[in-house]
Amino acid sequence: MFTFILKRLAIAIPTLLLLIVISFLLMHSAPGGPFTAERELPPQVLANLNAKYGLDQPLWRQITTYVWGIVAHFDFGPSFVYKDRTVNQIIAQGFPITLTYGLISFAVAVIFGVSLGVAAAIRHNSLLDYIAVGVSIGAQVLPNFVMAPILVLIFTLWLGVLPGGGWQGPEYWIMPVIALSTSFMASIARITRSSMLEVLTSNHIRTARAKGLPERRVILRHALKPALLPVISYLGPAFVAMITGSVVVDIYFSTGGIGKAFVDSALNRDYAVMMGVTILVGALTIFFTLVVDILYGWIDPKIRY
Amino acid sequence: MVATTENSVATKAVAKGRSPWADARRRFWRNKAAMMGLFILIAVAAFAIFGGWAAQWSNEELDYNVMGQIAELGGPSFANGHYFGTDDLGRDLFARTVQGTQISLAVGVIGAIIACVVGTLYGATAGYFGGRIDGIMMRTVDILMAVPYMFVLILLLVMYGRSITILFVGIGLISWMEMSRIVRGQTLSLKGREYVEAARATGVSAPLIILRHIVPNLAGVIAVYATLLVPLMILTESFISFLGLGVQEPMTSLGALISEGAGTIAYGTTWQLGFPLLFFCLTLFGFFFVGDGLRDALDPKDR
Repeated sequence: MFTFILKRLAIAIPTLLLLIVISFLLMHSAPGGPFTAERELPPQVLANLNAKYGLDQPLWRQITTYVWGIVAHFDFGPSFVYKDRTVNQIIAQGFPITLTYGLISFAVAVIFGVSLGVAAAIRHNSLLDYIAVGVSIGAQVLPNFVMAPILVLIFTLWLGVLPGGGWQGPEYWIMPVIALSTSFMASIARITRSSMLEVLTSNHIRTARAKGLPERRVILRHALKPALLPVISYLGPAFVAMITGSVVVDIYFSTGGIGKAFVDSALNRDYAVMMGVTILVGALTIFFTLVVDILYGWIDPKIRY
Repeated sequence: MVATTENSVATKAVAKGRSPWADARRRFWRNKAAMMGLFILIAVAAFAIFGGWAAQWSNEELDYNVMGQIAELGGPSFANGHYFGTDDLGRDLFARTVQGTQISLAVGVIGAIIACVVGTLYGATAGYFGGRIDGIMMRTVDILMAVPYMFVLILLLVMYGRSITILFVGIGLISWMEMSRIVRGQTLSLKGREYVEAARATGVSAPLIILRHIVPNLAGVIAVYATLLVPLMILTESFISFLGLGVQEPMTSLGALISEGAGTIAYGTTWQLGFPLLFFCLTLFGFFFVGDGLRDALDPKDR
């Protein structure tokens, strides 16, 4: 197990470094520098600015400084647009919010998705099963940016029960969480259902039933664990897609998470903030993939890489 | 002599061979969900191609009669020729939806083609050569999979101007990895077959074997995943356009239209969200159903 974790780390760390270097090169090759303004700056001022931000150094030096800043001090450097704020401050402002509703959505998607999938599989071909299949097919075409306006239309404009945007209390969390989790809940339900159906016909379940175990115990103890394996391997991509989806939530519900910082920086070409968010999200992705891999190896001892 | 000919004719009449493709076709035609999906797709495509002729307004004209009173006068009506109503600027929503559907379908199909070509060639090469080359190529894919693509694509769009070409190519280029994994797996099982061995024995070069003997035998798998890729491409493009970072005015896509509609629902112009949303969902439904049907038909063991 220990060597397995080490092996995964050996892939994860270079991946992260590569991501940082690639996004740095992208930014470096972009047309127009950070101080390209309508008003031409005097050459002396420009030289001073370049010296202050280290832009007069050779490229490899800039890269190593940037990478070292992130790795050693967790420092993404200054923002290009807001002269008085660093990228760290901008990210620190939005990140807790994204994390809050992101984790809630993730938990909701997993708990409801798995429950729905298991229930549908146990009552195969019943009304409940058909409803579950229908919901999971329907929700496939309801990604976050479709759910968000529909929810606002129903709950804010027609029923008037939920606030349409902002971030002040738990009632502000409800719509972002529903918008973000619906399509993933549907996917998880579909995966759980089909793998559960497969597991329920396998020999060890027949043995467990033949032993006279109560059905509850058969399902929870013998069927659920193997049935969850495909679900766990789906969690990695789902996590990435959810972080991406948080951008829509931040914009549409004005929740003020890092997605807002990302789109704002994209619109006013604040490359430093864009890179900071991209690298942060990449790091989270890599970390989460690592956790999923370890979880997978722990649940299924047959897996050896 | 005569007897044997007659005999073989008789056997032919009794057992007419069915090719795997004919089998697959039969399975596909019998699949009700897939047929419904195909019907929806044909309808949506017809709407995108011929809808322009049915429109009474162009997608750029402003209707000054409804301007300023969109919520009261801009709703769907046959009387003034705005079948789907108008948007908040007084442009005909029917014509805009036709245009948006065209762009979304184009992004989906072109993106899927790029992803398929790159993914197939990459995966087939890795699988065919195997060994260390395979190891390096597939580890690279593993590493690339961990990159948060939506963010990188937006980074690219912002840095190099939001041109539709970058959007098309970018969406295709970030989606080939899943495809390459599938193709590699299939290639591994194909490359041990006799006909590949025969080709190799007669001195056919490796690129030619891949193109002429491996890839055609993967056609079924490629077709299935290509169909399933199209809706994902449309989703990606719509996502970016929803954020206002994708296609730019006067061009539009379903995502951009949904975004506009979502921004104006507070003023009571629900149709502006409803119609683009309807076409968006129908398109995705169509592709998902046809893709699933193709998978069941061409790849019956993998469900």
